[in-house]
Amino acid sequence: MQPIPLSITPAASHLKGLDYSVVQQCMHCGLCLPTCPTYDDTKLERNSPRGRISLMRAIADGKLDPGKVFAEEMSFCLGCLACMTSCPAGVNYAELFEHARAEVEESGVMKSPFRKLIRFVTMGWLFQDLRRMQWLGRLIRFYRNSGLLSLVQQSGILKMLPQRLQYLEKLTPVIQPAFSNELIEPVSPAVGEKRYRVAMLTGCAQDIIFSDVNRDTVEVLQEYGCEVITPASQFCCGSLHGHNGEWEQAKDLARKQIDLFPPAAFDAIISNAAGCGSHLKHYSSLLSDDPEYLERAREWDRKLKDIHEWLVEIGPLEIDGEAAAEMTVGYHEACHLCHGQKITSQPRTLLKSVPNLKLVEIPESNWCCGSAGVYNVTQPEMATKLLKRKIGHIRETGADILATGNPGCMLHIQNGLNQAEMPIKVVHPISLLAQAFRERNSSKNDK
Amino acid sequence: MAISSEIIEQLKSICGPENVLTEKEDLIPYSFDGTAEIKQLPGCVLYASIVEVIQEVLKFANEKHCPVVTRGSGTGLSGGSVPVEDCWVLCTVRMDKILEVDADNMTLMTEPGVTTLKISEAAEKVGLFYPPDPGSMKISTIGGNVAENSGGLRGLKYGVTRNYIMGLELVLASGKRCWYGNKCVKDVAGYSMKDVFIGSEGTLGVITKVLLKLIPMPAAKKTMVAGFSKMDQAAEAVTAIIAAKVIPCTLEFLDRMTIQCVEDFTHIGLPLDCDALLLMETDGHAAVVAEEAEVMERICHDHGCTEFRIAGNSEEALKLASARRTAFSALARVSPTTILEDVTVPRTELASMVRFIQEVAERYKLKIGIFGHMGDGNLHPTFLTDERNKEEIHRVHQAFEEIFTETIRIGGTITGEHGIGLAKKDYLVQAMGDVSVEVMRKLRTVLDPNNILNPGKIFD
Ligand SMILES: Cc1cc2nc3c(=O)[nH]c(=O)nc-3n(C[C@H](O)[C@H](O)[C@H](O)COP(=O)(O)OP(=O)(O)OC[C@H]3O[C@@H](n4cnc5c(N)ncnc54)[C@H](O)[C@@H]3O)c2cc1C
Ligand code: SF4
Ligand code: SF4
Repeated sequence: MQPIPLSITPAASHLKGLDYSVVQQCMHCGLCLPTCPTYDDTKLERNSPRGRISLMRAIADGKLDPGKVFAEEMSFCLGCLACMTSCPAGVNYAELFEHARAEVEESGVMKSPFRKLIRFVTMGWLFQDLRRMQWLGRLIRFYRNSGLLSLVQQSGILKMLPQRLQYLEKLTPVIQPAFSNELIEPVSPAVGEKRYRVAMLTGCAQDIIFSDVNRDTVEVLQEYGCEVITPASQFCCGSLHGHNGEWEQAKDLARKQIDLFPPAAFDAIISNAAGCGSHLKHYSSLLSDDPEYLERAREWDRKLKDIHEWLVEIGPLEIDGEAAAEMTVGYHEACHLCHGQKITSQPRTLLKSVPNLKLVEIPESNWCCGSAGVYNVTQPEMATKLLKRKIGHIRETGADILATGNPGCMLHIQNGLNQAEMPIKVVHPISLLAQAFRERNSSKNDK
Repeated sequence: MAISSEIIEQLKSICGPENVLTEKEDLIPYSFDGTAEIKQLPGCVLYASIVEVIQEVLKFANEKHCPVVTRGSGTGLSGGSVPVEDCWVLCTVRMDKILEVDADNMTLMTEPGVTTLKISEAAEKVGLFYPPDPGSMKISTIGGNVAENSGGLRGLKYGVTRNYIMGLELVLASGKRCWYGNKCVKDVAGYSMKDVFIGSEGTLGVITKVLLKLIPMPAAKKTMVAGFSKMDQAAEAVTAIIAAKVIPCTLEFLDRMTIQCVEDFTHIGLPLDCDALLLMETDGHAAVVAEEAEVMERICHDHGCTEFRIAGNSEEALKLASARRTAFSALARVSPTTILEDVTVPRTELASMVRFIQEVAERYKLKIGIFGHMGDGNLHPTFLTDERNKEEIHRVHQAFEEIFTETIRIGGTITGEHGIGLAKKDYLVQAMGDVSVEVMRKLRTVLDPNNILNPGKIFD
């Protein structure tokens, strides 16, 4: 499957400048409506893909000003891209949506000093350089470990906070005791014959909250015959900036990434976070007006692979040996993997390669869980509804483990399971593979 | 002229304030349905969840002489739910409960906002079958299906929505409620009034409850695909199949352009190098199915099909049917505006009609995709154009005019299943004759003296 083409140019940074054929592509047939989680909930056309596109078109036609209501609507859309999977007419909702969000930013309707500060701190400073993320991670780790967390929770201070902050408190992630660069060597050799040389992108959230997933990814790559290059200090991929209308920053980060990982030096560049991967595959459209980088960006896009995609492309390998006990695993499809990158069969193929692991299909496996980037922070009510729906389906299957390929979904669903007091662990599919390789290796060593 | 604030306040007290939408951002998404080129902002949008609210709304509208446009999912293809100026759009999609599945009497009672797919699934759960399956079935509402008398892919053997309506609850323009029909297999008390409301496109009353007939699920089925290098061969094969006394449940066809678009979207491996593709399905007792499939295969080969494939399992069969359902939207991949028509001709005229359409498209230098329910004689010639190109759009309208005139000349109808709405009302008198239209007009005036229900649709 081809990645979805995005053609972002600075001159076309809002809806009016967008190629009109993109705006016009929707023939309002409505076939996307039943797949849209927000429409499904409210049954209001405004909350549907077709309705949102009609608003974007009205703006492009100069018949509507992008005011507060439009801004709120763009914030209510999950960006899950389920509408793109279901649209026979090939409407590029991803592109429309990014332009619409940029339009909202440019119009200034959402401007407030607080919002400006938050945006500056997160996108302009924090999500730039992984060392800054790690620094924040250490702070949160200290908050959790020092007993301050339970002190704060017991103190009742939280009840005095606005609801959104209380919700955020629940989201405070458990920070890994070590970050990726403390777990992964800059160069990890292939196990056995070296078949490929690949670069490993450690991601932002993935790095501080799920650095173990990064380590597992590298181990599995090694088992698959890849030499893995993982520089200790990396940059943010820029997806957060792109999705939120900060394109100059997104471009700047793309250039830094390409400099750090010259694509010619690798057979593949690996991402294991669906949300990042779906942005990372479009550097050439992001840098389409930068002749110095464009050629390399094209090569980058070709070589950028989601980990599941890459492993199935070069394998999949059979893992012999038996696991301790038979377990069942349910698979939740992260939106930016199934809708954003059209990767659906590969993770299942890999899960089936794990000995003694039985894959059970959860109903509506490709229905958004509500995590959706920062959605669970900006739209807690809808996010919670979607989470409950997801948890209900997981409960139906009786799975022991839930696997999913995106850090946001992992956190969000794990929170939901914990609150429902269901003893199910959420893991990245690759971690199950890594565990299987480890068990095989240790039983080999025993023999 | 906007709706006065007193009226809005009154509507809020009837519907509940959260069910009355007036913001521009809320109205724009209701200014169209699935039809190309027709757009109009409504005055406001109302959501009703119970019949009593609909009664109150219509009573009030009748008092104030305000137009009301009932809307299901807005997938209609003749502009039926497109607003008229300053109207109230009345949405039924929150009336979405199936009220009863009576397996013993084989009936299903439902609210109007339930989607066709949900009804078909509910029937299937008790081993029964609801055959009408419009291409839009995932999202179209049963209320919309009744109001348009929609067809589907199984019309050839199983008929259209009308054939499954046993009862209707309606709210009339006055706000009064009435019910026609029952669970009896036979009933000749009075005029067959429900038939008047079926296909009335929201102009005679609002449908608030539907009693549907279900039938036993066929024991077996077989789905097949045949590719032909010439369109005529496919059309002749269809005529020959029916002449051989085989009535398959599905005989759909796609032309080269449509095949390519559907394949681009679905990637299910349709044969690409052919001018026409037939999607065929036969169902019933296993022995009959096997026999009929054999006959169909032989006839396809006799008519020079270049490729013939039988779906290996039910999953593959479902994929093929679902792919066919996307044909219309998939054609929109090619150009910004997709204008489709719905002409239907006696089956014996199929081959010549298809040829005529192709010839017209060529003459007017227009890009076209043709697909349709070939077994029903129902064709969907679809022009692929750009509404901003006024000159080309003019040619599209000229081409349609010729196609309509030819259809009427050879004894066909200008719409097989999408209704007249706004899109085809200019051709109604030509198609039906002025006396026939006058009778309908009189009937409508009796039921809706103040002309508040979907005014301007079907005829003025
Ligand atoms: C991709 C696609 C494929 C399609 N395929 C087919 C097909 O195969 N066969 C076919 O026949 N049609 C087809 N259609 C057309 C359309 O889906 C049908 O006409 C459908 O029945 C409309 O249902 P809706 O709920 O969207 O109604 P709407 O479009 O909302 O309304 C249609 C008409 O019904 C009236 N109406 C709606 N609800 C009520 C009610 N409760 N009471 C009174 N009046 C009401 C409206 O006023 C309007 O006049 C297709 C459309 C699309 C977009
Ligand atoms: S986005 Fe696609 S599926 Fe949805 S209404 Fe538009 S054309 Fe139809
Ligand atoms: S991205 Fe998701 S929430 Fe937004 S319109 Fe598409 S389906 Fe709906």
